[in-house]
Amino acid sequence: MNTRSKFDSHLKELKDMLMEMARKSENAIKESINALINQDIDKSNEIIQNDTIIDDLEHEINNKAIILIAKESPVARDLRKIIVALKISSEVERIADNAVNIAKSTVHIGKEKHIKEIVDIPIMMNLALEMLSDSLNAFLSEDVELAKTCAKKDDKVDEMYGKLIKELMGYVQKYPDHINQINQLAFVCRYIERIADHSTNIGEHVIYLVTGERYDLNA
Amino acid sequence: MTFTTLTRNVFDIKDLNLWYGEHHALKNINFPIIKKEVTAMIGPSGCGKSTFVKTLNLMINYVSNVKMTGEINFNGHNILNEKLDLVELRKKVGMVFQKGNPFPQSIYDNVAYGPRIHGIKKKKHLDEIVTKSLMNVALWDEVKDRLHAPALGLSGGQQQRLCIARALATKPEVLLMDEPTSALDPISTLKIEELILELKEKYTIVIVTHNMQQASRVSDKTAFFLMGELIELDETSKIFSNPRDERTEGYITGRFG
Repeated sequence: MNTRSKFDSHLKELKDMLMEMARKSENAIKESINALINQDIDKSNEIIQNDTIIDDLEHEINNKAIILIAKESPVARDLRKIIVALKISSEVERIADNAVNIAKSTVHIGKEKHIKEIVDIPIMMNLALEMLSDSLNAFLSEDVELAKTCAKKDDKVDEMYGKLIKELMGYVQKYPDHINQINQLAFVCRYIERIADHSTNIGEHVIYLVTGERYDLNA
Repeated sequence: MTFTTLTRNVFDIKDLNLWYGEHHALKNINFPIIKKEVTAMIGPSGCGKSTFVKTLNLMINYVSNVKMTGEINFNGHNILNEKLDLVELRKKVGMVFQKGNPFPQSIYDNVAYGPRIHGIKKKKHLDEIVTKSLMNVALWDEVKDRLHAPALGLSGGQQQRLCIARALATKPEVLLMDEPTSALDPISTLKIEELILELKEKYTIVIVTHNMQQASRVSDKTAFFLMGELIELDETSKIFSNPRDERTEGYITGRFG
């Protein structure tokens, strides 16, 4: 007999809510990059507006977590599940904020012709998305090894970030009339780099959830 | 034999086995109990935790057909082998039970009972012990005006604190508490828990409890027993955050037991 079936179903609901929030954030990022490439202002504004849906989900997760702590007195792994849900929801919320930031950059660039075709940014974004996907799948399946793979990809993202910023700064003299666009693209690179960092943090939270030990993936 | 504290461990239990007739109730228990710490015993009913606690002052000897092997070293003396004065042992290792069990006497006489047995007769000295013991359990202010009233007239929580005062009156080193709050309301329970935290400044406390939160709130070490085995003994913070054994995890999270 499962003596805590109701509690277990609440924990599962909490996890499902978090995954729903994470998938929405993941979509927001994908859409924000497509909107950047296609200079889709309407889509960007939609992403900015829809961020409240993700914020609301975070509040729901926080409320549910608080009620579960208050009513169920969780300990050990049960407690870690709830604490980690709180932590990951915060990472996911900030990932969604970066989708909004990218959308805002797209709006700022407006319909100004791109100084060159945007190729490397989507590559960097795909890497960050892979990290996010890995860390979320690691959370779903409580897979420590998968969580650890985030660190390697994060190094690659950091490397690309450095390279892209250098390249963009090189365009400042060449395209003095497009400083705003160059700045916005540099910001976008920074936002992607942050998304990768948050994904790495999710990986660390997963390792804590499973092992009960803190693990610094960037060490 | 006299009991003097020489080591950090008040008790050192080694390879303790206990049988009730054919029933093997404690299996190879190795258990150090550290001075001035609170050690909590948790586990499902029948796991051996109360039996274990009753071995520490040899109350277990009152149960018929009990056989024990191994060592229970109290301050370096194996109380299973050495010929010892049980009254002296129980003076050093006091016990408080599930339900307050005051003698049908006055509040004063309950607390003075132990010291009188141990030969203290002077009223002034007894007054001192009674006052101090009642103060130690935060009962003094509630009963100072009716010390000679019947102890059975006190509330459940007060009776339990009186019993702790009675145990303290003989100046024990160790206080064994077998589910001391299971019959009390939440406020009386918290008062006893506060008391435990204060008492550990001077005493070593071993508490059996079915209340997980109580174990996590008051103890330094927690021991999980299951079917006569000591499954895990560790820092309480470790047991309740990340226990090593899956069976401990299962029990404290309410998944079995």
